[in-house]
Amino acid sequence: MADYYEQKDLADFAHIGEYAPELGKKYFDYYGEALKDGALSAREKALIALAVATTQHCPYCIDAYTNQCLSLGVSQEEMMEAVHVGSAMVAGIVLAHSTQMRKIIKKKEM
Amino acid sequence: MDEPRIHPSFEQKMAAPLKAEGIDTFQINLGYRCNLECRHCHVEAGPNRRELLSRAVMEMCLQVLQCHPIPTIDITGGTPEMHPDFPWFLEECAALDRRILVRTNGVILLEGPYTPFLNLYAKHRVEVVVSFPHVDMKMTNRQRGEGVYSRLIEAVRMLNARGYGQPGSGLILNLVHNPSGAYLPGLQNSLENHYRQALKEKHGIVFNQLFCITNMPIGRYLTFLKKTENYEEYMTALVNAFNPATLESVMCKYSLSVGWDGKLYDCDFNQMLGMTVNHGAPEHIEMFDLNSLANRRIVTGNHCYGCTAGAGSSCRGEIA
Repeated sequence: MADYYEQKDLADFAHIGEYAPELGKKYFDYYGEALKDGALSAREKALIALAVATTQHCPYCIDAYTNQCLSLGVSQEEMMEAVHVGSAMVAGIVLAHSTQMRKIIKKKEM
Repeated sequence: MDEPRIHPSFEQKMAAPLKAEGIDTFQINLGYRCNLECRHCHVEAGPNRRELLSRAVMEMCLQVLQCHPIPTIDITGGTPEMHPDFPWFLEECAALDRRILVRTNGVILLEGPYTPFLNLYAKHRVEVVVSFPHVDMKMTNRQRGEGVYSRLIEAVRMLNARGYGQPGSGLILNLVHNPSGAYLPGLQNSLENHYRQALKEKHGIVFNQLFCITNMPIGRYLTFLKKTENYEEYMTALVNAFNPATLESVMCKYSLSVGWDGKLYDCDFNQMLGMTVNHGAPEHIEMFDLNSLANRRIVTGNHCYGCTAGAGSSCRGEIA
């Protein structure tokens, strides 16, 4: 995996608009708007982003949002609780899909 | 260990040399004595430090201030209260009728011989700036020493009781946030809201403004960065976050720093690095000359990335 994910590549995120600058700009404008202080604080949004980063297994985002949370004064306990929310959601999503399995079992069994 | 090269250097990054545009703030470092030994301290202050501003240099500072209408006197250390001549010096500064700021570690105000400063500050309407790195007890204690957080809360309570930080009192109490590790501070506005809410709810204490100050890769903080192998990553983060808009308002353009030995510096950070003012400006208070100092070329180095990263950093927090 080391060849695919390198910490220094996080800095390359600023260049993802290469080859499609207009779309890149639209994305960054949207990203900036979505993450800034609003009805939810930047702090709360950073915690949501951290939970998403871990559930989506993105090492760049985990690096970026762990740092962002630290910068915004989020405590270790708050960060770990956010990760547990993501973890519980993923577990719940997996278990919710057992509905299909249970429906099929019930239909097929004699 | 070899010093990793910073690329580009701060000098390379600048379009033109940085120049001062007057002196609004006269910052005086009374010495490096402090009753704490905080892990982020760029001064490496502590109870065993012997460097203290002499009475003669204090008199020279007062003379300069008498002769020139510099509006703000900014007193720092160490923690200024531990200088034996500070009460006298403060009275003399107050007589000059300028805006006076004192940067204190806060907890010293609870120590027996230093408690009178609480009333002295209020009497002279000194703006008090208290180091308060985090609203999380564990983080603050790890950075500043066991038990510091609860003593800080008590000190702020005592300042609040004298009117400090209370709406309408005119007594200003500002807090300083420094990151508790190898990362940059977040946006001042977000952190200030968080501090205000957390401190009010948890402890019933109030303050005016929060200043977010980036930790400089100097002194004890530099030692921490190197020991934990964070130096390179931290410097890369600073270089990547360079924001040219901060160059308009970096504090060195409008202030002058006086060291404990009377030497003159562009800022307190240059003071710790022994980089006196240069490029033809006088380097000691004895030779103070407002004209040449007010337009001096600033002495810069790679540590200057600390004041120019992101929203910037100064003794009064964000600048851009």
